Amino acid sequence: MVTLTAPEVPTVDALTDTTVDLGVSSVRELNQAIHNAVDGQSWTVTNPGGKHSLAVGIDADINVAIEGHAGYYAAGMHQKGNVTINGNAGVGLAENIMSGRVHVTGDASQSAAATGHGGLVVIDGNAGARCGISMKGVDIVVGGNIGHMSAFMAQAGRLVVCGDAGDALGDSIYEARLYVKGTVASLGADCIEKPLREEHLAELAELLAAAGRTDNPAEFKRYGSARNLYHFHVDNSTSY
Amino acid sequence: MTITSVPLPAQGVAPQDLAELGLRESATFDRATIADIQRAAATGVYDIRGWGAKRKVPHFDDLLFLGASMSRYPLEGYREKCDPDVVLGDRHATRPLHLQTPVTIAGMSFGALSANAKEALGRGASEVGTSTTTGDGGMTPEERGQSKHLVYQYLPSRYGMNPDDLRKADAIEIVLGQGAKPGGGGMLLGQKITERVAGMRTLPVGIDQRSASRHPDWTGPDDLEIKIGELREITDWKTPIYVKIGASRPYYDTALAVKSGADVVVVDGMQGGTAATQQVFIENVGIPTLAAIPQAVQALQELGVHRKVQLIVSGGIRTGADVAKAMALGADAVAIGTAALIALGDNDPRYAAEYSALGSAAGFYDDFQDGRDPAGITTQDPELSSRLDPVAAGKRLANYLRVLTMEAQTIARACGKSHLHNLEPEDLVALTIEASAMARVPLAGTSWIPGQGSF
Repeated sequence: MVTLTAPEVPTVDALTDTTVDLGVSSVRELNQAIHNAVDGQSWTVTNPGGKHSLAVGIDADINVAIEGHAGYYAAGMHQKGNVTINGNAGVGLAENIMSGRVHVTGDASQSAAATGHGGLVVIDGNAGARCGISMKGVDIVVGGNIGHMSAFMAQAGRLVVCGDAGDALGDSIYEARLYVKGTVASLGADCIEKPLREEHLAELAELLAAAGRTDNPAEFKRYGSARNLYHFHVDNSTSY
Repeated sequence: MTITSVPLPAQGVAPQDLAELGLRESATFDRATIADIQRAAATGVYDIRGWGAKRKVPHFDDLLFLGASMSRYPLEGYREKCDPDVVLGDRHATRPLHLQTPVTIAGMSFGALSANAKEALGRGASEVGTSTTTGDGGMTPEERGQSKHLVYQYLPSRYGMNPDDLRKADAIEIVLGQGAKPGGGGMLLGQKITERVAGMRTLPVGIDQRSASRHPDWTGPDDLEIKIGELREITDWKTPIYVKIGASRPYYDTALAVKSGADVVVVDGMQGGTAATQQVFIENVGIPTLAAIPQAVQALQELGVHRKVQLIVSGGIRTGADVAKAMALGADAVAIGTAALIALGDNDPRYAAEYSALGSAAGFYDDFQDGRDPAGITTQDPELSSRLDPVAAGKRLANYLRVLTMEAQTIARACGKSHLHNLEPEDLVALTIEASAMARVPLAGTSWIPGQGSF
């Protein structure tokens, strides 16, 4: 049972806003409580203290606000509702997110939104290495820069970077679409710049708006797969 | 491998006449090696195939049991009980598995295998109360529906990974590697990336899939501990979590898996199969199952968790004797992959003509990557897949699993054990110095174990 600073027992009142103080309650209690939550509830988590696995496996349409820094795998395997981290997030933010929205107001460490299948991950600050690694349909909008090996083996989804990208962007990329406003230190194997057509400007504008940003879509460049590594071939041996 | 990519030689002298002609085959450049060189020269690409290591390595065949006689009482066959059941995952999980036989089915993907083959594995395993395991490609409804106990693999690629299936799983197996290719990622060639397989993996249809070999969001044992913590939180600490390693440094890897919080450690030796891997990798990376078990058991014993963190061993399990030997060396359970496929109908001589047409032969066919399996198992071709009746094949697998269990019980009773878990290294001797050193049991007729102090 969660130790609650507000009502003693979580009610099914859709308007309930429950505060969980992680200085008092455990991560287990927090996650069990939000797994038992019903649509429409809101949760505020105080004193997160960089603890790992906060608000993971959410499967109800709820709002969770984490007031402070989160450790590894915050909002991991997120499925429904909104998680907002008013602080920084550690490794594997929103890893394997399926749908819903995760928003970090600060920076995110490496492997943000790794293998995400859907939903939207917004990082107002910078993201570390391997942002969007093996992404499978998730949309990611980063306000600042991203680190090296981002969108490695990215299969599907869109990654929008309003700052600069590190080395080896989109290495071995499949069908994901990458948009970068700033510079790209280097492109990875089989990743190339592609023309920014009308449909791309339109989806980019949509993604920026969804993330609450005012950047001009026309200032971005688009990157994607050259599709040269889709089949094993002796002539590609230096790329493997 | 097959020789389909190289022009077939003209039909010449029958093999049995070669020795009579005084021809001498090179031990270094034998015919398979010559064919490998010719194939490489013709194609410029390394050979990719299925199955595990085909080279001869020290194995369970090199061990014998010491039955009971004067100093040990045997149990009466058919009358006195010798239980085979096993509980897996009770270290931390509130919902451990309780299996009726210690023989489980190893991870094999839908994609590598046909939907009918996966269904047959589920049917066979469920009939005898054991578990089956997903693979690099997610969980299919057919598989979940037909499997009483289903282990959901958590792989570097995370193809098809989702929290709904995670919560439906009876156990989660975090895969670091497999015996056929420790350090290698998954591979599935375009012939098998059909629309359904591609959809489950979010890949373009028909591409040659290159899976990652490292997990995307954790590196090393300290991260793994946090990752296991996340999976436990998502599943509310109900679901057992296995860690599977390909046998290379099993002493350290087992210790680190325990430290990371695993409920069960799975160790797969180099004879363990694969659906598609470079032959050079299969044959030259990793260590034999026999050498891996004592190292893993030693790690568990030193940490005081032997039998608390269960050990599942795979890689070359074929008979109940192999099951009993693995367990006597300290395993809690075993897993079978290649043997299970053979029980379903793989390499069946009834398809001899078709294997021949593919440049192979019944008993030799290992081109699982090609998707043209005449037996309908390692294929996504609808016509070939339809040849495998999942009910009949499931029945064959159940029969085979029962035989393995009864054979292991037969040996355990002869050694005076009322449970398969009571088998111990003291029941074993080795036939060769190599097996003795690896298995850490004495050479038969001596008290000598090479590497254990005296000589």
